[in-house]
Amino acid sequence: MLSRNAIAAQACAAVLLITTAGCAPADDTKPSAGASASASGSACPAGALDTFTAGKLTIGTDNPAYEPWFSGNKPSNGKGFESAVAHEVAARLGYPAQNVVWTEVTFNNAIAPGPKTFDFDINQFSITPERRKAVDFSSPYYLVRQAVITTAGSKIAGAKTIADLKSAKLGAQVGTTSYQAITEVLKPDTKPLVYNNNDDAKAALENGQVDGIVVDLPTAFYMTGAELKDGVIVGQLPQVGVPEQFGLVLDLGSPLTGCVTQAVDQLRQDGTLAVLEKQWLAGTGGAPELS
Amino acid sequence: MSATLHEPSEIQRGRIAYRRRRTIRSVLFAALSTAVVGTLLVVAVTGAPGWDRVKQSFFDPEVARRYLPAILEGLWLNIKLLVVCAFLALALGLLIATLRTLRGPVFFPVRALATGYTYTFRGLPLIIVIYLAAFGVPGLRLQGTPGVLVLGGAALIITYGAYLAEVFRAGIESVHPSQLAAARSLGLTYRQTMRHVVLPQAIRRVAPPLLNDTVALQKDVGLVSLAGPIDAVRAAQIGVAHEANFTPYIVAGVLFVLLALPLIAVTDWVTLRAARRQSAGV
Repeated sequence: MLSRNAIAAQACAAVLLITTAGCAPADDTKPSAGASASASGSACPAGALDTFTAGKLTIGTDNPAYEPWFSGNKPSNGKGFESAVAHEVAARLGYPAQNVVWTEVTFNNAIAPGPKTFDFDINQFSITPERRKAVDFSSPYYLVRQAVITTAGSKIAGAKTIADLKSAKLGAQVGTTSYQAITEVLKPDTKPLVYNNNDDAKAALENGQVDGIVVDLPTAFYMTGAELKDGVIVGQLPQVGVPEQFGLVLDLGSPLTGCVTQAVDQLRQDGTLAVLEKQWLAGTGGAPELS
Repeated sequence: MSATLHEPSEIQRGRIAYRRRRTIRSVLFAALSTAVVGTLLVVAVTGAPGWDRVKQSFFDPEVARRYLPAILEGLWLNIKLLVVCAFLALALGLLIATLRTLRGPVFFPVRALATGYTYTFRGLPLIIVIYLAAFGVPGLRLQGTPGVLVLGGAALIITYGAYLAEVFRAGIESVHPSQLAAARSLGLTYRQTMRHVVLPQAIRRVAPPLLNDTVALQKDVGLVSLAGPIDAVRAAQIGVAHEANFTPYIVAGVLFVLLALPLIAVTDWVTLRAARRQSAGV
């Protein structure tokens, strides 16, 4: 009786395998878009680019524009990380602040296919292959860091170093860089708790089932600013795994993509981006560095 | 005296030899046909155009070795939870089933509550119960709320208790009323009748479906990982996300099957024994 069952089970398994293996492999079609992004980068006449409005550089972002990416919902003031980056890029392209025009574009419209009302848009856009089919991206101006958040009064609320988090019970979403940050950077004594999504992790934090959770920095700002009643960012962690990248969005095939990428590359190489990141994302109102 | 030892006749010896030859023949045929089918399967599977990709994505020994320790560690949590939850769910199920069979108008509310419980929790998806218990209850911020493992385990026990209660009730009702009447006429009280006459027969009869539900529970205890603890499936999921390779799922799946084998074997054996006893008229 048993052995017959075992044979039947083996036969079933084999049939399953055949059906899996028998399907001829569909060869992945390689996305051809995106490769031509950096084709035109030779001629970038300062202040005289082929812009939306001649002589002006039009930069888009959403309204409201959130802290600490912007400041006081005024993108044009040059304060906040993304406002500062945008103005630095504009300056490199030969457009001083008086020649920069900010325009309101919702997040989804900016990455939707179709003609654009801006030269570039800055609004925490992650660079993904899917989006590359609809829009151009500059090279990344920010590599997303992971951050530990908690609620006020938690035992880790005052932690200043990674060592201070050694005894903390931490949680994160499954399969994310955040979880990797716990196991590879924080290495706490108690096993981390793992959730299907950030909302479950947040609920566990509110319930006090974990001392803190690890999320990416933009999410950390959003959760502590808008979602948690008394959320606190403990701090941001050193880079780990393959980080998400934020890029400036341009129209698909825009003549400016090469020039903007060149400008961002320069800012990264001369350390301006690092300085701005430290000033706006790690400074007051931001997330202190844990080391 | 030794001369009178039984000697099979010539014809009987012939019969025995013939039967032996037939047995050997059928074993040989079975072996041969199994070998042919097996070879065909191996050729068909490994020769299929997608086999290399399947092997790479599902059966990467390097990935399997890397994540086996974590998955085993998760499986240990499954086993601990299974043992505790199975015992408590069986106890709860038996209690509810007994309450549902109480006679007399006084016990109507008890019967109604027990019936309502089995109806509700057999219909309610386990995931909802776990979410409510493991996220909802701590959200009330009551004093002395236990940890997620206890809450998740409670959700499993409550849900499976409802299934098991119905299995037990089916067993209790399958005992012929004449047994009850006979026991009562012997002077046993209702409790004594249940304890010594009805339940022993009932439980023996429903042992296979009870074990079957235990096998199902074995796979469902892992759902506690929704609340944060890392079980075998979750450990595998972490591996899959990290490697972009499905081997960890296969490893966890094989471990679950291996874990279920002893229970399934016991179920088959119990069923077989019950069938033999019944047909033997004992």
